[in-house]
Amino acid sequence: MALSGLDIYKLLPKTNCKECGFATCLAFAMQLAKKAVAIEKCPYLSLEAKANLEASSLPPIKLITIGAGEQKLEIGNESVLFRHEEKFHRPCGIGFIIEDSLTDSQIIDKLDKINSLTFERVGQKLEINLVAIRQINDGKRFSDAVKIISSKTSLGLVLMAGDLSGLKLALELTKGKNPLIYHATRENLSQVAQLAKEYKSPLVVYGQDLEKVAELTIELTSQGVTDLIIETANKPIADKIWDLTQIRRLALKKSNRALGYPALVIVEQDDPFEEIQEAATYISKYAGIVLIKGFESWQVLSLLTLRQNIYTDPQKPLQIEPKLYPIGSVNNKSPVLITTNFSLSYFTVLGEVEASKIPAYIMSVDTEGMSVLTAWAAEKFTPHKIAESINKFALAEVVTHKKLVIPGYVAMMSGELQDESGFEIIVGPKEAAGIPSFLKNL
Amino acid sequence: MALQLMTERWSGKISVVSIGATKEELGTRTHTIRIGGEESLPCLFQEAPIPNKPAIAFEIWDIAPSDWLDELNKVYGNVLNDPLKWAEKCVKEFKAQSLCIKMQGAHPDFGNRSEKEEAALVKELLKRVSVPLIILGCGDDTKDNLLLPACSEAAKGERCLIGSAVGDNYKTITASALADGHSLIAESPIDINIAKQLNILISDMGLPLERIVINPTIGALGYGLEYAYSIMERARLAALSGDKTVASPFVCFVGQETWRVKEAKTDHPEQGIIWETLTSTALIQAGADLLVMRHPKAVEKIDKYIEELFNHK
Ligand code: SF4
Repeated sequence: MALSGLDIYKLLPKTNCKECGFATCLAFAMQLAKKAVAIEKCPYLSLEAKANLEASSLPPIKLITIGAGEQKLEIGNESVLFRHEEKFHRPCGIGFIIEDSLTDSQIIDKLDKINSLTFERVGQKLEINLVAIRQINDGKRFSDAVKIISSKTSLGLVLMAGDLSGLKLALELTKGKNPLIYHATRENLSQVAQLAKEYKSPLVVYGQDLEKVAELTIELTSQGVTDLIIETANKPIADKIWDLTQIRRLALKKSNRALGYPALVIVEQDDPFEEIQEAATYISKYAGIVLIKGFESWQVLSLLTLRQNIYTDPQKPLQIEPKLYPIGSVNNKSPVLITTNFSLSYFTVLGEVEASKIPAYIMSVDTEGMSVLTAWAAEKFTPHKIAESINKFALAEVVTHKKLVIPGYVAMMSGELQDESGFEIIVGPKEAAGIPSFLKNL
Repeated sequence: MALQLMTERWSGKISVVSIGATKEELGTRTHTIRIGGEESLPCLFQEAPIPNKPAIAFEIWDIAPSDWLDELNKVYGNVLNDPLKWAEKCVKEFKAQSLCIKMQGAHPDFGNRSEKEEAALVKELLKRVSVPLIILGCGDDTKDNLLLPACSEAAKGERCLIGSAVGDNYKTITASALADGHSLIAESPIDINIAKQLNILISDMGLPLERIVINPTIGALGYGLEYAYSIMERARLAALSGDKTVASPFVCFVGQETWRVKEAKTDHPEQGIIWETLTSTALIQAGADLLVMRHPKAVEKIDKYIEELFNHK
């Protein structure tokens, strides 16, 4: 958080020596707060005060990058506690844990499955972000497993090893891939910090509770290791939510630098439902990374969808290009259904038209991303607007039947739209789920 | 230096709504469900008291649903044709703590069952099961204005939750709830201001705010869930900051929203169940107090999740 002029004044020498070009230290402080002068103008600033001032211009939650290339994960830089206040900026990273106790072929099997886990919803690709390798056997086995995994995925890696020689081997193998090191504790702090420095890798800092974590991050930053991700001990869900909430609150509202990093949570849960529920909880409540074990497609699809929902910009609903979309092998007799350019409306209609297996056109009208009823109420989905789109997309040249299906919720505009457009208006079902049977009986 | 945690001091509190009257209260229910009463945001137990757990009600219908998916039909089988047996199955086999009966068959398009028939069904249902009851109209305003007073009277003194009152149709149902000792669901289309206005209109008729539950109308996971999620968070923040007109518990109709989405129709039997489970999970995190659900496995998972949430330091 930015410091006020008075906050800055407290850090100045208060001698009013005028060397900065201002009459008083207070005047200088006021200009600094407005970022109108450089800190260096005052030659008498203590090193500590300088570090403090520089830190205050940094984002409250540090941006951390894991992995490299197109699939790198960037988290942090969050600015609010509730999505309606602005938005949540950088979708929480989701990763899978693979243990090195599996055989090579089991590991390859898992990776193949993980690589096939991509989905598309409302025009967005939904992807997982990380693969974490957890050491169970010795350091040699760990680095062998890392070698296999690293050659078969371009996702960011998390190296979870207690054995530091194994960790070093693995870091050597993954040079340039910017893996996340897991983790520094009170016990191994200096050795792991050394590795993080040497390989310039981001590092997870683990402490029993927030206070212990904060102590460690302060030590690490003073040693020059600053790309950090924080983790507290495993605990009941509500206590974890409390930790995550405190981290976010303290970083944003109290400018607590020691906790100004993304947080990582590992879900250790064998039941596939409970695992996803717990992961979803942390995604909703401020986690920067969630690691899980299960990767059945039904689990992952639901979790990625949840993340997409939570991280959607509340001010900017997902939109698609307003257009006449041909679905299936259409011809000039195919029915035309109209909807808005709100992604959810369009893709819901699309799903049902596809399910019906009847080729049809969907005409998406520009409603600035509003849904059918909202757009109608806001006069963005009016007979006049729809008629305009009909002309713009030259509908009369595409189909010969001059008929148009409108959503059941706007049945009241039928007459007016008929007059405006010259098309015969057919009132479709209110809910998209009714489209297949509607099309069959058309 | 000890780390100074940041604890919010809220001035407001969500009202507690009780559903179901026991013998001592001159009803016939074996227990009462209490929802609401939060003095903090969901799960922040360290901050302020959260006295009541979110509750779950099984959704049942007066007629056999024609469009329910196989995954649900498989579970309920024949009892779907008999609301009384359906109710008993939920209570006995699935240990339902409350039931929500939707009078779908009263709708002019779905059989137009008379209010007399439906009132008789409510009476019979109250005899057959002893859990607290939620009674929903058919969604047709004109019909509901006949139907709901009849059902309300049939359940007089049982302290049911009845619904839904909406912006342009709340007077008849409010009067009934008032006369027969029930609480009311006030439904607003994902809009915090409409929710406020409706609560004020209803309480102006004499029904205390402590007898209103807000239905913010939710979307399923992937189908607008985030709108309800944020509306609920905003309303909760306003309520905790002292705005009594939105300080009502939330009821979320998760079952009806999730069991019609594309994902529930896939070949993976778990996909629909996890959709209902995860939608409920997220809504609990946004402040849901009462979830109306359909699949017993989803209910079981949410039940367990709620137990775990309340098992904290
Ligand atoms: S140079 Fe520094 S000490 Fe001197 S007046 Fe300016 S701010 Fe104060």
